[in-house]
Amino acid sequence: MSGYLQQLLVGTVVTIELAAVSLLIAFSIGLIGAVARLSSSRWLTIPAAFYTTLIRAVPDLVLMLLLYYSVQNLVNLLTDALGQPQIEIDPFLAGVSVLGFIYGAYFTETLRGAVKAVPRGQLEAATAFGLSPWQVFWRILFPQMMRFALPGISNNWQVILKATALVSIIGLHEVIYAAQGAIKGSSWPGGAHVLFYLLMVALLYLVLTILSNFLFAYLEKRYAAGFERVAR
Amino acid sequence: MNKLAVENIHKCYGATQVLKGVSLAARAGEVISILGSSGSGKSTFLRCINLLELPNQGAIWLDDQEIKLRPGKHGLLRAESGRALQQLRTKVAMVFQSFNLWSHLTALQNITEAPVHVKKVSKSEAIAKARANLAKVGLRSEVENKYPAQLSGGQQQRVAIARALTMDPEVMLFDEPTSALDPELVGEVLKAIQALANEGRTMLIVTHEINFARHVSDRVVFLSQGKIEEEGPPEEVLDRPKSERLVQFLSGTRWHVTN
Amino acid sequence: MIDLIKQYWLPFLWGSPDHISGLAMTLWLTVISCAIGFVFSLPLSVARAAGPGWIRRIIWLFTFVFRGTPLYVQLLIIYSGIYGLDFVRNTPGLGSFFKVALNCTILAFTLNTCAYMTELLTGALRATPRGELEAAHSLGLAGLNLYRRIVLPSALRRALPAFSNEVILMLHATSLASVATVPDLLKVARDAYADYYLPFPAFGIAALLYACLSVTFISLFRKAEQKWLKHLSTT
Repeated sequence: MSGYLQQLLVGTVVTIELAAVSLLIAFSIGLIGAVARLSSSRWLTIPAAFYTTLIRAVPDLVLMLLLYYSVQNLVNLLTDALGQPQIEIDPFLAGVSVLGFIYGAYFTETLRGAVKAVPRGQLEAATAFGLSPWQVFWRILFPQMMRFALPGISNNWQVILKATALVSIIGLHEVIYAAQGAIKGSSWPGGAHVLFYLLMVALLYLVLTILSNFLFAYLEKRYAAGFERVAR
Repeated sequence: MNKLAVENIHKCYGATQVLKGVSLAARAGEVISILGSSGSGKSTFLRCINLLELPNQGAIWLDDQEIKLRPGKHGLLRAESGRALQQLRTKVAMVFQSFNLWSHLTALQNITEAPVHVKKVSKSEAIAKARANLAKVGLRSEVENKYPAQLSGGQQQRVAIARALTMDPEVMLFDEPTSALDPELVGEVLKAIQALANEGRTMLIVTHEINFARHVSDRVVFLSQGKIEEEGPPEEVLDRPKSERLVQFLSGTRWHVTN
Repeated sequence: MIDLIKQYWLPFLWGSPDHISGLAMTLWLTVISCAIGFVFSLPLSVARAAGPGWIRRIIWLFTFVFRGTPLYVQLLIIYSGIYGLDFVRNTPGLGSFFKVALNCTILAFTLNTCAYMTELLTGALRATPRGELEAAHSLGLAGLNLYRRIVLPSALRRALPAFSNEVILMLHATSLASVATVPDLLKVARDAYADYYLPFPAFGIAALLYACLSVTFISLFRKAEQKWLKHLSTT
């Protein structure tokens, strides 16, 4: 059993890696998407709105299967045309790409709200003092936006963390996959091994949730430094 | 030889014409107060000078050098290049009605941000200047590491004034600097502005404080419905108003004077 | 691709009377899970907001566990884990219940959405303006009456946006039923893919149908918000 529990832990690490990389990708896409949605050019706002609306109207499992199988199909067509042997897309790469792409839409909305929450006067003063557009964004808008964005980021993180469970369906060796392996290889009296390993997985996710809560509580306190009014 | 000359500024918002040809010239060291009721266009006029608002028509000279303007989107005039705009804004510094201090930076960081990152002044030099200017506006050194949310309105506005000062500007623009302050905090800000006037700075002040305007200005301008209605030394404009609108304006504000 | 559509359009939409599938099944899963979950969330949230300490903690634990773990894991636990126990399989009532994939799926979805709904309703209850409570107390309203006539109606309206969000999320979550071999919209898509190996039409049609459902739900909820949240707007 201890061997299988170890595999569960290894799978948990993969889960964390998957979630973290997806978060980074989703955040970056969200930043670009938010800027696009807030821009004054219709060439940017319309496709961006299309992207966020469409992605959020479809379940992530459906999108995941759609993208994974479609891309795999295209890759197969390519390798066949070039006369090469078939390449199987690495499930981790597929997982982060799909999760990052899907949750980029959710992050677009989160960051758009956060940008809008920054008082206009802050940015006006920045341009009035001669800061370049990039400086205004990086030195004034971004730090303040992050303060407003943190609750939304924490929320999206929790969702992404749980969405990684779906990536086991396309064959990624994360924690659920490890548990399924453990179940197949064990046989306990009363059939309890199935329930046991699944409950272990649930427990591991709960631990991750609790740790995430602590992490974000700490981050929110740090980023709020200077904004709390000292009691007078 | 004018420090700042603004000629024939027109500004429309859609169908509404807010400024209908306003011209103003300020010599070095002159302090000009701009008065007017809400909607008269006085803030808009001030914001056209550093191109926070883009005028439909007009010209701007700084130290007798023309700030070249080109027509851009929607027929509005803009600076000929990003660099030119930046240059203008390092020489014309603004103090806002709602202070607009950057809330994630301390007072000291607020003041040194633009000098270091726009004028490329060395950090140590900027900090030294910042500290001197904080003292000049009457703030103690403990304020420098506080965040805006930890300061009173009067303190915040004085930090904002120090922030504008540290740019070593040719001209300072004040957009209703005391309008957002509680009455008991107005005095300390007016004192700081008076000190700058005594130093010989060229300043344009949009304000509601009539008595203060009387004391601090070399010239008073009364804006009404997008045009300059009256202009002249304070004793003339404020004590012997000629136009009826100015008479009405002054009588309406008589109860709000502060000493 | 045309063949795929010709063969699968009926299963995609509603299948047949004794073998409901596709859109109809997805709708059924969503509606029944949300309805049962909602009914149970009412007493649970009241108890969580106003009950004695130990009840509050138990209910909090329930919501914490079901919100802190993936629905997929919860589904597997009920579908494979509990049914995998000999004890369950051999007990007549339990065995026959858990044997049917549809039952397991609805149970998992209901528990999950009940947990989320309890949390958001508790938040709405806690946000009851103090003045409204004081007025009710001073008029002698207390206990069940107080909740039935004053607190719950007000809280339900306040919670409407969050509720609509949860229903939409549940609609999306029902796609997991495909993993438990329940013939919902995604299962039909997977069957179509397994048949024809054309991922874009197979999953694309499913995506389109889900999007239509989402848009319909969203506009229905928006109308409900306009009607019932009028008292909160300032216009």
